[in-house]
Amino acid sequence: MNRDLIPSLNKHFRMQWEEAQGCYVLLYPEGMVKLNESAGLILACVDGQQTVADIISDLAARFPDVEGIAIDIEEFMATASAQRWIELA
Amino acid sequence: METRPSASPPLWLLAELTYRCPLQCPYCSNPVEMAAADRELATEDWQRVLREARQLGAAQLGFSGGEPLVRQDLELLVAEARRLGFYSNLITSGVGLTHERVVGLREAGLDHIQISFQSAEDEVSALLSGSSKAFAHKLAMAEAVKSAGYPMVLNFVLHRHNIDQVDRIIQLASDLGADYVELANTQYHGWALLNRDELMPSREQLIHAEQVTNAWRQENPDGMRLYFVVPDYYEERPKPCMNGWGQMFLAVAPDGMALPCHSARGLPLQFPNVRDFDLETIWRHSDAFNAYRGYDWMQEPCRSCPEKERDFGGCRCQAFALTGDPTQADPVCTKSEQRGLIDTALAAANCHATGGTSLMYRSLQASRDILASQS
Ligand code: SF4
Ligand code: SF4
Repeated sequence: MNRDLIPSLNKHFRMQWEEAQGCYVLLYPEGMVKLNESAGLILACVDGQQTVADIISDLAARFPDVEGIAIDIEEFMATASAQRWIELA
Repeated sequence: METRPSASPPLWLLAELTYRCPLQCPYCSNPVEMAAADRELATEDWQRVLREARQLGAAQLGFSGGEPLVRQDLELLVAEARRLGFYSNLITSGVGLTHERVVGLREAGLDHIQISFQSAEDEVSALLSGSSKAFAHKLAMAEAVKSAGYPMVLNFVLHRHNIDQVDRIIQLASDLGADYVELANTQYHGWALLNRDELMPSREQLIHAEQVTNAWRQENPDGMRLYFVVPDYYEERPKPCMNGWGQMFLAVAPDGMALPCHSARGLPLQFPNVRDFDLETIWRHSDAFNAYRGYDWMQEPCRSCPEKERDFGGCRCQAFALTGDPTQADPVCTKSEQRGLIDTALAAANCHATGGTSLMYRSLQASRDILASQS
């Protein structure tokens, strides 16, 4: 993956923390996806400004014990883009 | 009243603001007895319902009806929903929408407007909605919705009289720049059940429409998303209705009746009203919401069926409407002894060919007449 790409949330989606479900969710027309902890953490960094590389270094600094975090993040970006949750530009 | 702690939060709130509607679609899923429920909730009642639902964990909110735009307080309710953190969807025929309201609702915080179409053509639309002006207006409003920055979701209810136009329907949606398109076959509840013989497509029609839809998907892998909903009569297993009774879906009808499914009003249960109880009491403790939770209420063949965790025995409303007993298996299931009811209905519909002349149109007056004839 080109780590210079900048991910941004699909403008038709909204991400928010849901207390009742204890997780982040993505809301879109008539639908909702529950995000697991790592997906929530990664997507919370997607702000339309930071590149994939920025997000990797940010999360790697916050979670130094997690091995292979860069790969996990890249894989998530690929899935999220295939699902149209994010756009990579 | 009994508590079942297993009750998960109602993630979805459907606010049916009114049964009033300028159109008369014969496939409408509103209850035929709707005229008996004409005392609508006030703005403050709805604001309280929104707050209570959000507290219980609801995140998705649908404003529907009838035609929700008939309510002049819609903008106020949308603003309250936004403040509470709902993702709010307006489900409308587009009649009553204006450029001003499209923009005003956006400013109030509405997330999405779904416009439903009767067909891709003027004439069929007029036949099916009872209005000859609606189609052109819907087109104009679809464009307004798009340019105001909403995601564009178009909904087409399919049946015998429009299903052969699926290619033109998809083309129309694509020309309008839709993001999602629902090609939803009629579900036979309410008015649609009355008109079943006139609306049910043939198996050949259905197969053709699915092929057209799949072909379009293959040619346009990055295009708009098409959702094709088959009519369950042609399936061998029922739909997992509402993902299980009282599991994630809560509807509040115009008169305040709280329902686990928007077609449940006709079931022989005492449904609680939001005028009398708060939503938490209704959701967790009311007999009606607990009636078909879990699996204990089931009869055979569902009770010992390994598939019950997938479909929950199907739709309670359909079981009741067709077999007279809401605890039976949904007769769509081929394991049900009553599957014959479905096959007979399909056979009847397939040899019924009047070209739409015997359709019963949905209206409050027709509902009053039906109520009068029942009493
Ligand atoms: S289906 Fe037609 S008649 Fe029924 S509420 Fe919707 S627009 Fe009105
Ligand atoms: S028997 Fe009941 S639970 Fe089993 S598949 Fe049929 S409807 Fe579903």
